[in-house]
Amino acid sequence: MAATASDPGTRINVQTRSAGDQPTLNAPIITLRDVTISYGSFDAVVGVSCDIPEHQITAMIGPSGCGKSTVLRSINRMNDLVQGARVKGKIEYHGVDINSPSIDPVEVRKRIGMVFQKPNPFPKSISENITWGAQINGFKGNKKELVESTLRRAALWDEVKDKLDQSGLSLSGGQQQRLCIARTLAVNPDVILMDEPCSALDPISTLRIEELMRDLAKQYTIVVVTHNMQQAARVSDQTIFYSLSEKRQGMLIEASPTQQLFTKPRDQRTEDYITGRFG
Amino acid sequence: MTSISAPPVRIALPTSPQLQRRKTIGAIWQAVFIAATVFAALVLGTLLVRIFVQGVGALDTDLFTQRFISNAAIERGEAGYLTGIVSSLWLVLIAALFSIPVGIGAAIYLEEYAPDNWFTRVVQINVSNLSGVPSVVYGLLGLGVLVSFFGNDFLGRSLWAGGITLGLLILPVIIIASQEALRAVPLSLRQGAFALGATPWQVTWHHVLPAAMSGVLTGTILSISRALGETAPVLVAGAALFVSNVPTSPGATYSPLPIQVFDALGRPQAEAKEFAAAGIIVMMTLLIALNLIAIILRERASRRVRW
Ligand SMILES: Nc1ncnc2c1ncn2[C@@H]1O[C@H](COP(=O)(O)OP(=O)(O)OP(=O)(O)O)[C@@H](O)[C@H]1O
Ligand SMILES: [Mg+2]
Repeated sequence: MAATASDPGTRINVQTRSAGDQPTLNAPIITLRDVTISYGSFDAVVGVSCDIPEHQITAMIGPSGCGKSTVLRSINRMNDLVQGARVKGKIEYHGVDINSPSIDPVEVRKRIGMVFQKPNPFPKSISENITWGAQINGFKGNKKELVESTLRRAALWDEVKDKLDQSGLSLSGGQQQRLCIARTLAVNPDVILMDEPCSALDPISTLRIEELMRDLAKQYTIVVVTHNMQQAARVSDQTIFYSLSEKRQGMLIEASPTQQLFTKPRDQRTEDYITGRFG
Repeated sequence: MTSISAPPVRIALPTSPQLQRRKTIGAIWQAVFIAATVFAALVLGTLLVRIFVQGVGALDTDLFTQRFISNAAIERGEAGYLTGIVSSLWLVLIAALFSIPVGIGAAIYLEEYAPDNWFTRVVQINVSNLSGVPSVVYGLLGLGVLVSFFGNDFLGRSLWAGGITLGLLILPVIIIASQEALRAVPLSLRQGAFALGATPWQVTWHHVLPAAMSGVLTGTILSISRALGETAPVLVAGAALFVSNVPTSPGATYSPLPIQVFDALGRPQAEAKEFAAAGIIVMMTLLIALNLIAIILRERASRRVRW
């Protein structure tokens, strides 16, 4: 660990899975260039540029209100649903500008799914929760198989296999969140965005979802917003740190491989934040 | 450091005077609300009982099978509301077929699609104001626009004109009630659906509408009941005090139940009052039957959503 003796803060223990290996980031699947997002006349985040590596996990950390959710929502155009939200700059997915007028946001969201902070299963049966998204996207195969395989991938099958007809809302919070992840998987996206997916969950459910994320990263690209720095350190390959300017605008301070960000941050403000000396 | 072995301190928990006061205030309000409920129930109950007592003597099958209301028929106890019942059912049917789709459609547009601009706001304000316009004004509208559109002859005074007039009358109420119901559907439900790559219409049709259906139908039930009882607008829009034939198509002339009751009340015979009261009982029965159908529909709709 690189902590100095005089360091009053506590360092995050980074148990990178690639311990010893040189941390490497894959080629980007999504790139943000000079992205500024405003609500009405208020610029919530200013000048964000970063790359999201394919088949890896990117964590976004930073103080409350610095625009993590705002940036995340702009990646699959969920900001379109927010009155007055505007995105400037360029967001490219596989080299395609997702904000160009010729792009239908529905197509973007098919490929870039999202899991929300508060579990929001549909008020339908557990199976319907899984099949609905697949069906509207043209799924014609065997629904039963889809439900089982998807729930297995979301590590939920054993807990719900006997009550597939019950409402998705009858599950516990942790189960609901895994159901929401499962329903996203059923659409077979490329990228999964997660906005504090574990903030309403107990440590065991959290751990299960973290394991799930690691597993999913083999096949999907994941971007996760979290307030839990241990979590960022545990699961992610790249960590992006945001902070607030004097004008209370969010800005990107540092985007580095996770191990590097938590052991040798390039920016003093990152150092302050991860050691708990932040404001 | 806190001592772990410190003995537990026993404290008393007497109800403080402050809490006592809050509880008293709570009890007073509760009594006020109970009184309000009882008062409403009493007024309604008294009315119902009075009408029932007055009309029970005239209750017979003639009420539902005879189509003539004349002084002679009333005296002989052979008058009936058949034309009124059928007229009213036609009116409600036409009004519902017109205003339910248009009303729910408008509510969906305003809540789910409309951008927040001056045009939307103007429409919104107008809808709200329309729901407060006296119903006779709708009758004048029906007379001025519909009756002259259909021609001031046979067709102009037909069920079409009356039904559409009533439809217009309840349209703003249906729009507003449906909007409220749509607005109560949590945003997170829409977001979840959008995030799976759903189109706005798929989100609305599969998630928002089913979740709002129960509220939408409640508003609809209330306004249909209102349409059934309205007299003034249809009178102005061409309903007749008396028609000799049971209307068999929406192009026919008509005389709705509330107007027939009103007509009966004005007749001089002793039996007329009783006959009118029986007419009100018939109307209430019709109302309850219509509401029951709507409630069954509502229960079915809400079973599709599993909160
Ligand atoms: N719908 C909105 N309308 C207007 N302003 C908004 C909206 N959503 C977010 N903001 C503003 O944008 C800024 C960034 O908000 P955002 O939710 O992205 O922060 P965050 O980093 O996700 O915070 P947290 O960690 O608390 O979730 C805040 O100042 C917030 O007030
Ligand atoms: Mg947030």
